[in-house]
Amino acid sequence: MKKLAVRTLAALLLSVPALPALADATLLNVSYDVMRDFYKDYNPAFQKHWKGKTGEAVTIQQSHGGSSKQAMSVVGGLQADVITMNQAPDINILAERGALVPADWSKRLANDSVPFTSATVFLVRKGNPKGIRDWKDLAKPGVQVIVPNPKTSGNGRYSYLAAYGWALKQPGGNDASARAYVGKLFGNAPVLDTGGRAATTTFMQRQIGDVLITFENEAEMVAREFGRGTFEVVYPSVTVAAENPVAVVDKVVDKKGTRKQAEAYLAYLWSPEGQTIAAQNYLRPQDKQVAAKFSGQFPPIKAFRVVDVFGSWDKVMKTHFADGGVFDQIYLKK
Amino acid sequence: MQTTESRPVRLALTALTLAFLGLFLVVPLAAVFWEALSKGWDLYAAALVEYEAWQAIKLTLIAAAIAVPLNLVFGVAAAWAIARFDFRGKSLLTTLIDLPFSVSPVVAGLMYVLLFGVNSAIGGWLAEHDIQIIFAVPGIVLATVFVTFPFVARELIPLMQAQGQEEEQAALVLGASGWQTFWRVTLPNVKWGLLYGVILTNARAMGEFGAVSVVSGHIRGETNTIPLHVEILYNEYNFVGAFACASILALLALVTLAVKTYVEWRIERQHAASLIRTQQAREALA
Repeated sequence: MKKLAVRTLAALLLSVPALPALADATLLNVSYDVMRDFYKDYNPAFQKHWKGKTGEAVTIQQSHGGSSKQAMSVVGGLQADVITMNQAPDINILAERGALVPADWSKRLANDSVPFTSATVFLVRKGNPKGIRDWKDLAKPGVQVIVPNPKTSGNGRYSYLAAYGWALKQPGGNDASARAYVGKLFGNAPVLDTGGRAATTTFMQRQIGDVLITFENEAEMVAREFGRGTFEVVYPSVTVAAENPVAVVDKVVDKKGTRKQAEAYLAYLWSPEGQTIAAQNYLRPQDKQVAAKFSGQFPPIKAFRVVDVFGSWDKVMKTHFADGGVFDQIYLKK
Repeated sequence: MQTTESRPVRLALTALTLAFLGLFLVVPLAAVFWEALSKGWDLYAAALVEYEAWQAIKLTLIAAAIAVPLNLVFGVAAAWAIARFDFRGKSLLTTLIDLPFSVSPVVAGLMYVLLFGVNSAIGGWLAEHDIQIIFAVPGIVLATVFVTFPFVARELIPLMQAQGQEEEQAALVLGASGWQTFWRVTLPNVKWGLLYGVILTNARAMGEFGAVSVVSGHIRGETNTIPLHVEILYNEYNFVGAFACASILALLALVTLAVKTYVEWRIERQHAASLIRTQQAREALA
């Protein structure tokens, strides 16, 4: 009995480190918690491509969690070969703390290192009983808005910026009117969940609220999980392009000797195959031809880039989301 | 046994206890299994034999298999030192042992990140020598050891203090060595407290979330324990997978309970047998 226990334990201990050693190279892709569906399809495609091109088998490990926490783990020494996030600040922090990537990391790949985007849209209850058509309807009295906390969630930040950007673009719109508008909008939020997934759960499972502000691709995942007939998607007149930037973590790949594989892994995201997989996961591809092929599932939208309306992400974070910033002012005032 | 309580009072008390247990223990536990099996056995089994789930189960067992013996030895040594000897700084030591209880697990995890992260002196040296502590299995084991540190000692110290040292002194006077005294007198006297401490340590080691979450790095199939894997699956809307893994955690807890009951039963039987033997010996002498 004792012997058996010892042997089982020994077998367990031995079998753990032995597994990844089979492949020639191992890449660790550190990502945020809802990107699994895409990379589950993309990784085998890249592995096949790389094997065909070089004859080398490559193992891809994945790590998922809240985006800012993931970024801090990489800063703290998590050996990520590539980092794939939903917002530039979560990669900027790798440059600022520990110089893991150069400050101009976003210039190294096409489209500012953004292989695909999503858009901030509304989910409303079936039949749209509150008649929600555009941003202005969210600030009306009696409308309950479910939106994640912009202080802790990338999704929430995009929602906030989309609303603010829409208000700026209205006739006579300026910072004062935009602040007043987002103040009213967040005043209609009964809870602020810490992340996009938690907000979805609040809206779909706990059935709280009249409208959920979230990403277009998240709406598709909601449809797959909860059924298509349970809600409707509303595209506002103007929204924000949610950009998903990617970067090779220089310090790690140079140490591990995996730069070649890591760069190819990211570059392949822009290939027709990578772009097609993105589109199949309801992420808007950058490639015009692939986008045309999937135009049926992506209604045309007017989406602005954060950097075009607000300047740099650094400025956005400092002005709006830092402690005591605009978001704190409008939300606490309520 | 006679009670003075009237029948309705006894019934009401029993009903209240059962209702409470049912509402707060049985129903949630049943809900986990219900949700896990909601799409049938096939999906349930598939969710468990999946590579990443299997690795998470293995890692959880490994972390517990290292943390429990380590803290068993430490707990006995610490309790022995504190209950039997007087020395300077004894109360400080007692307080320090309690530290993992008062520190939030998340802070515990962060301490290790600060200590072994690449931006610290130790972490920098480790990175140069290609030794990975945090965001790897050693970090998870460290965090688990830390949060389960006080259980055994906390169980033993009051017990040993209450029992006093007369029996041990008697053994020493009769010529037993210190080692013999420990094995024949001290240990048998505290075995129940010790076992209980081990069971608590084991339960916490397998269920720990906060501290492990900070040091894990969440690499699928490599540094996810069962609780971390459950959270990720839940966030991915994979409810069957999440609850299937949660049910494994619940099963492990039930197995721990069963082992405890079995050991209790065995020891009681041994005890009864030795009582009978003593009785028979006495009768034979008379």
